[in-house]
Amino acid sequence: MGAAVIVKGLKKTFNLRHSHSLKETLVWLVKGRKGDLTKKFDALHDVSFEIQDGETVALLGFNGSGKSTLLKLISGVILPDQGTVRTKGRVAGLIEVGAGFHPDLSGRENVFLNAAILGMTEQEINEKFDEIVAFSEIEQFIDTEVKFYSSGMFLRLAFAVAVHTQPDIFLVDEILAVGDEPFQRKCLAKIKQLSDEGRTLVVVSHDLDMISRICDRGVVLSSGTVQFEGPADQAVAWLRERN
Amino acid sequence: MANSTDIYAVPGVGAGLLDVFRRRYLLKLIVRKELRVRYRGSVLGLAWSYVKPLVQYLVLFFALGIVLRVGDQIPNYALYMFSGVIVVNFFTEAFSNATRSIVWNAALVKKIYLPRELFPVASVWVAAVHFLPQLVVLLAAALFSGWRPDVMQLVGAALGFVIVAVTATGLGLLAGAINVFFRDAENIVDMLMMIVTWTSPVLYDWTMIRRLAPDWVLTIYQLNPVTVAVELFHWAFWYPTVTKPVELPPHLMLTGLAGLGMAAVFLIIGQLVFRRLEGHFAQEV
Repeated sequence: MGAAVIVKGLKKTFNLRHSHSLKETLVWLVKGRKGDLTKKFDALHDVSFEIQDGETVALLGFNGSGKSTLLKLISGVILPDQGTVRTKGRVAGLIEVGAGFHPDLSGRENVFLNAAILGMTEQEINEKFDEIVAFSEIEQFIDTEVKFYSSGMFLRLAFAVAVHTQPDIFLVDEILAVGDEPFQRKCLAKIKQLSDEGRTLVVVSHDLDMISRICDRGVVLSSGTVQFEGPADQAVAWLRERN
Repeated sequence: MANSTDIYAVPGVGAGLLDVFRRRYLLKLIVRKELRVRYRGSVLGLAWSYVKPLVQYLVLFFALGIVLRVGDQIPNYALYMFSGVIVVNFFTEAFSNATRSIVWNAALVKKIYLPRELFPVASVWVAAVHFLPQLVVLLAAALFSGWRPDVMQLVGAALGFVIVAVTATGLGLLAGAINVFFRDAENIVDMLMMIVTWTSPVLYDWTMIRRLAPDWVLTIYQLNPVTVAVELFHWAFWYPTVTKPVELPPHLMLTGLAGLGMAAVFLIIGQLVFRRLEGHFAQEV
């Protein structure tokens, strides 16, 4: 055992900039840098915690508390302004299901592209392909362009790809609201299975009941700082008290 | 599963172009996607990449070769022009698409970490795929004009191709990264691409510049990597078909190596700037 994710003194500031023009920047420079060209916003401030190997941890908090920013920092999509993030093993982030999908490609092509984006090798994809398609239950439409899919079909295929990428650390953002109830159950079962295999899961969700069922631990964020850290049901209770 | 002896990684910090090489299977899929998506819903499909340069070439040839009679001073002008035009086409397509590649792939850049160098490199690769049919047409035209190249000339052509590809990758990384913050970059690049046909001896020959400009201007003119590549292509595909005596620029192979050096410098600068700015891509794009 050991830590799979170590987060130390994390700080992330966003520039709230409304223009992307060279002209305005030049004008600002010429005017002697009067006023702020950009407003700043602290999304995360001095956040530290560790996630152990094989743990399932929920990041909790209301909208705008910094959960997704934290997840993006762990996946490496954005870099911290201060502090460090360290991860061990392959990280697969489901920041948003189907981000790498292209509507003009067929389901089959999208499976290959997306799986490769999530870090699978050609051989791994070939081995897993049938399993992915079977999980998504859209065998019939696999050679149809994705733009003709219903939103449910699209999400099912995207989720199927993601859960078959075999990462050591799996980042899940609000994706369990996928599909109809039978499919949701299947997703939850798959998540449980990943966790039983000893993979580390970091889950962001507003579905508190589900979180207290599947997660070991919860980290509650508010205005970009850690407010509570502890067993999942206690974290959920803590958050509900302040609702 | 990972054990305690594993080294911790810093998420979001990669090895740049080296990562692109490591993930070449993904590169291949992205190139395939770009090619597929480019001509979606069009009947002619990839044929457009023949039709467009052909029309452009015919217009240029009619205007310059027939109306303005530039061809009177350059023997076998049709082939001379074509061998230069395809080099410039390759460069402009590669560079301008690489400049836009990060912004075009914003959806991906924002959500998932992957080596972002993949996108400019894929753009250059796609341009190379479009370059290939044009090269085939050039070869056919050259053979028709009695083309018998020697080995060095073929090496020269390959060197020219590499120079353009590396230069376009380097400048594409640079402009692509800047374009995330200032969309002005893509307009500046578009403007440069209008000029680039004329700053290399594509439609005229280098002796005309020598007549007009002082020596130091000529030197700068000839150090332009695109000029180097164009002259190498002339040497490889046009020169062997010419029977009249013509004057080639001196030390072609040596200038070629200098051009390669320049291209390498562009690549290094591009990669360094790209890495410097990459950390802010996801939040700014």
